[in-house]
Amino acid sequence: MNKRKLRDFIGTKLMFTVTIFASLLFFAIFLILLYKSIFILETQSIAELLFSSLWNPEKGEFGLYPIIIGTILVTGISLIIAIPISLLSAVYIAEYAPGKIRRVIRPFLDVLAGVPSVVYGLCAFLFLVPLVKDVIAPWFGIESTGLCILTASVTLAIMVFPIIISLCVESFSAIPIELKEASLSVGATKWETVKKVIFRASAPSIISAVLLGFGRAFGETIAVNMVVGGIPRIPSSLLHPGQTLASLIASAYGEMMSVPLYESALMLVALILFVVVLLFNVLAVVVLRRAKRRWSY
Amino acid sequence: MIKKSDIHIHIETKNLNVYYDNNYVLKNVNIEIPTKQLTAIIGPSGCGKTTLLKSFNRLLDLRDNIKTSGEILVDGENIFDSRVDVPDMRKKMGLLSQKPYPLPMSIYNNVAYGLRIHGKKNAKELDSAVKHYLQEAGLWNEVKDRLHDPASRLSVGQQQRLCLARAIAVEPEVVLCDEPTSALDPIAAQQIEKLLLKLKKEYTVVLVTHTLRQAKRLADHVVFLYFGKVVEQGPADEVFNNPKDPKTKAYIDGDIS
Ligand SMILES: Nc1ncnc2c1ncn2[C@@H]1O[C@H](COP(=O)(O)OP(=O)(O)OP(=O)(O)O)[C@@H](O)[C@H]1O
Ligand SMILES: [Mg+2]
Repeated sequence: MNKRKLRDFIGTKLMFTVTIFASLLFFAIFLILLYKSIFILETQSIAELLFSSLWNPEKGEFGLYPIIIGTILVTGISLIIAIPISLLSAVYIAEYAPGKIRRVIRPFLDVLAGVPSVVYGLCAFLFLVPLVKDVIAPWFGIESTGLCILTASVTLAIMVFPIIISLCVESFSAIPIELKEASLSVGATKWETVKKVIFRASAPSIISAVLLGFGRAFGETIAVNMVVGGIPRIPSSLLHPGQTLASLIASAYGEMMSVPLYESALMLVALILFVVVLLFNVLAVVVLRRAKRRWSY
Repeated sequence: MIKKSDIHIHIETKNLNVYYDNNYVLKNVNIEIPTKQLTAIIGPSGCGKTTLLKSFNRLLDLRDNIKTSGEILVDGENIFDSRVDVPDMRKKMGLLSQKPYPLPMSIYNNVAYGLRIHGKKNAKELDSAVKHYLQEAGLWNEVKDRLHDPASRLSVGQQQRLCLARAIAVEPEVVLCDEPTSALDPIAAQQIEKLLLKLKKEYTVVLVTHTLRQAKRLADHVVFLYFGKVVEQGPADEVFNNPKDPKTKAYIDGDIS
């Protein structure tokens, strides 16, 4: 074998090896989490763990229900805020803004998407928390420390904006100008074209962007931990504190070492995070395949 | 012989200039496009044919590196006038582009798209209108059993006819065609040519074309564009058989391309 072919051979094998290694990692993490959660699953049924509201690690009670509700609320509300605003803003940047503005805004978005989440957490703690505490909560006549579900949701929404906007702008800009011309030349307005052609033609990318945003919101640990209140109780309003799965692990991991069952409970929480992300990815593949078939052009 | 005064002018440009950034693309273009005839715009690649065609319904507005001056009169009204309702004006000018671009929806909805936008909502009326225009475009028999399939699954030739059905469904007055057969095989191209000949009885057709033979087969009126300037325009037989300008003659003889 000459040198070139040898290099090619080694390169191929090397790529194969790292790929296998990366995929094995997936199974390794899954198995470790499963193995570590078995301990608690032996003492309590999974239904009890998921649907009991009693969270008292000292007493050996590990009901995750309030934390699951907290996670759903925080993630859901953040996406409900983030998706429409991001889409409108992305449409503006890609379709309406003059070229100059577009060129100035896009790098900013990319930087924003890369800012570490602790920075967002800090800013939220300094500005959003007092705002909620002193202005928004009194409006509703509710006493709040400002550390609550709403604050966490808004913080996450702000973190998710640049990701969704950036990806959507990219996909809107990739739509061939002729497709827009086709719509406009039957007398459609720009907004009709956006709604009926651009959104559909980029539906697969919008779905991917939203899923990426979901992943960031769902798995966000530190920023949520700083503003959510960290109380594992079902919040009686959005202005009350709560807890999320990811944030729970962050706040409890120091103390868990002393109680073996506690450690196992947190591993179960990690396993839940892992499985949910996995399920959403599978869902994404299915939805994307359908969307691509239906809305191709 | 038709006398000049009998011909009604549908589209007229007056000192039309177009720049892309600093690239001067259309230079003082003055042309007249007669009503209900097929006008072919011919000229070598890059001479500005597409740009001229898309200026007629202000699709150039979409590009932000463009500068335009001059007038384009459609039925005597300047389309650059600020009182002009651009979507309404565009509705009068159907477009058939170089490559078919079906909208990301079903075959049925592609045709119904413009109809719905302009207020036709009744399902029965839509059904019969969709059928009618698909028949006009010679596509009905091929798609009548799969109207709700995504339009992107049609062959390119079928897609082009679908785009034609979509364009004429809003009952435009003009059909603007940008080399509509260049992406098609000869048989599909022939179908489109036949349709264009049928269309010119009801519509003013403007056809940008690369192939001289196609222009000779179809055109009543010809505009020859060369490096952004109109070199010659007039009735097809005069331009093809008796070109006044030596450049036109050279182009027709295939000496420049
Ligand atoms: N979006 C654009 N930005 C900058 N320059 C452009 C743009 N579109 C076209 N041009 C330039 O304008 C000139 C005319 O282009 P146009 O597409 O009108 O030519 P054409 O006659 O249609 O050519 P073809 O026969 O190859 O389609 C060309 O020199 C082209 O490079
Ligand atoms: Mg062209």
